Amino acid sequence: MTVATANPPQHNSLLGTLGRDGLIQIILIANTFIMLAPIVIMVFSAFKTNPEIFQSPFSIPDFTHVDNFVRIWTETNFLRYLINSFVVTGGAMALVLTLGTMAAYAIARYEFFGASFILLFFLAGLTLPLKLAIIPLFMLMRDLGLLNNQFSLIFVYTAMGLPTTVFIMTGFIRSLPNELEDAARMDGASEARIMWAIMLPLVRPAMVIAGIQNVVPIWNDFFFPLVFIQNDNLKTLPQGLTTFMGEYSTDYGVLYSGLTLSALPIIIIYILLSRQFIAGMTAGAIK
Amino acid sequence: MAKLRMTGRGLWITTLVAPPLAFVALFIVYPIIAAFAYAFFDWQGLLRGEFVGFANFHQVLFVEPYASWTRNAFTHNIIVFFALMVLQNGLGFLLAYGLWRGLPGARFHRIAVFMPVVLSTIIVGYLWKLFYHPLFGPVNQVLRGIGLDQLAQPWLGQSSTALWALIIANAWHLVGFPTLVFLAGMQRIPTEILDAARMETESEWVKITQIVWPLVAPSATIVFVLLFVGAFNWFELPYIMAGLDGSPFGSTDVLGLYFYRTAFGNVSAGTQDFGLGSALAVLIFIFIAAVASVITVRLRAREIQV
Repeated sequence: MTVATANPPQHNSLLGTLGRDGLIQIILIANTFIMLAPIVIMVFSAFKTNPEIFQSPFSIPDFTHVDNFVRIWTETNFLRYLINSFVVTGGAMALVLTLGTMAAYAIARYEFFGASFILLFFLAGLTLPLKLAIIPLFMLMRDLGLLNNQFSLIFVYTAMGLPTTVFIMTGFIRSLPNELEDAARMDGASEARIMWAIMLPLVRPAMVIAGIQNVVPIWNDFFFPLVFIQNDNLKTLPQGLTTFMGEYSTDYGVLYSGLTLSALPIIIIYILLSRQFIAGMTAGAIK
Repeated sequence: MAKLRMTGRGLWITTLVAPPLAFVALFIVYPIIAAFAYAFFDWQGLLRGEFVGFANFHQVLFVEPYASWTRNAFTHNIIVFFALMVLQNGLGFLLAYGLWRGLPGARFHRIAVFMPVVLSTIIVGYLWKLFYHPLFGPVNQVLRGIGLDQLAQPWLGQSSTALWALIIANAWHLVGFPTLVFLAGMQRIPTEILDAARMETESEWVKITQIVWPLVAPSATIVFVLLFVGAFNWFELPYIMAGLDGSPFGSTDVLGLYFYRTAFGNVSAGTQDFGLGSALAVLIFIFIAAVASVITVRLRAREIQV
């Protein structure tokens, strides 16, 4: 099956094609402008003072005027929130990928009683909106002594990430050929060694897809910290944002610079890895 | 020997499967089952009281003021769903169609349309809250700049526009997702079918409605269901832009906010009530599951295998 893009029309009038393509191009350019303008205005405004934002909201600012950023950096807990987000996201991702690969490997490579049931069990978790179970989760975390503890977030994110990870990884691991594995088994390699040394190096591409699919929602999540974390020193970035957005509510330049600093890490990574991001984030929705 | 090997294999498989299963069982399956159970009890703060049957359900559905709060929030979710169906999925389809032609710059447009999708809803919410600011917000500044001063208004501060302001912000944030799902669907349409269609008709409209739209049906199923689930789970954006009460005057109140407020309390609603909150959660949950299943089955039926 060939991929169909840019099929030159065969017997259309050239003028008609130009007109239609021109219209499409205008719509796409207008849309791209609408997509990027808010982000550009955010970055520009981050370098401005209140009067500047009021008088010339769209002008290119003096990029050496970094007072707003300095205030965010020195007067708020921004760095702390950033580190917390890294800790929580990193911990959850490590667990999700490890456990997800383990389950997917077992389901995909071995025939055993209950394998399809276990896969179904994971898939059921795909569509369930866990937000609605927040009351029992809150009680569970309280009973486990994990309220105001980053493990509450790491565990919930791990559980939430497992269904998609198992789904993506199982499909991929199933598609790997048997020959390598069989040869190693002939040579007397243990199952654990076959998995670790032979199969795992092959599943890296699927891990990247599953990783991106999970890392973005986990990094961006706000709901679970809102319920589980009260201690300011443990807050993640989206949650911390609500704290200092309240503090500087009329200092618009500072607000914009807080948003810019929070958005920047993921925007830069996205620009560098846009292909992987798009593939990863739409992986669940595309067969 | 054979038996020993079997148990060794069984142990190995268990080692692989048990820990991930335990996570899903403890942090997804158990809480969801427990949410159903919680709804049938009376709660005093964090303490579970006596079994009350369907009393909590009855209260949130039929006893004032809860009944009208529930109706109000539910109506807003419906509006949000249909508005985003047009603004997010409809626009997404058109943009995908444009990108699919692979005109110069298509790659750049594709990266741009997806960029807001990677941002946290919290960032997007605050950004648009600043944009809608009556005096300092770029939205009103643009309107004044082009001489439409009379259109400049406090978008988030008045009941008539607040919900729509939120819907626009949401569409800006997420339109890239259906766009790229539809695009992937279009790119899977076999060239032969398109060539055959080109022989038959010149009309772009006929090609879209008769060829492309039916053939991207699987993508449509996915984005419709995801939008439905998303619209009825809507929480972060209204929480940031309109606050927990769905201000002004409940005009942006949706089930997510209402549920959170009921369960965990806030300044105006006073005490938290896990019983009523759980009843709401169960009702929302059943509604989402039932409608999402019907949508999926109905839409699957019109999917064509190529």
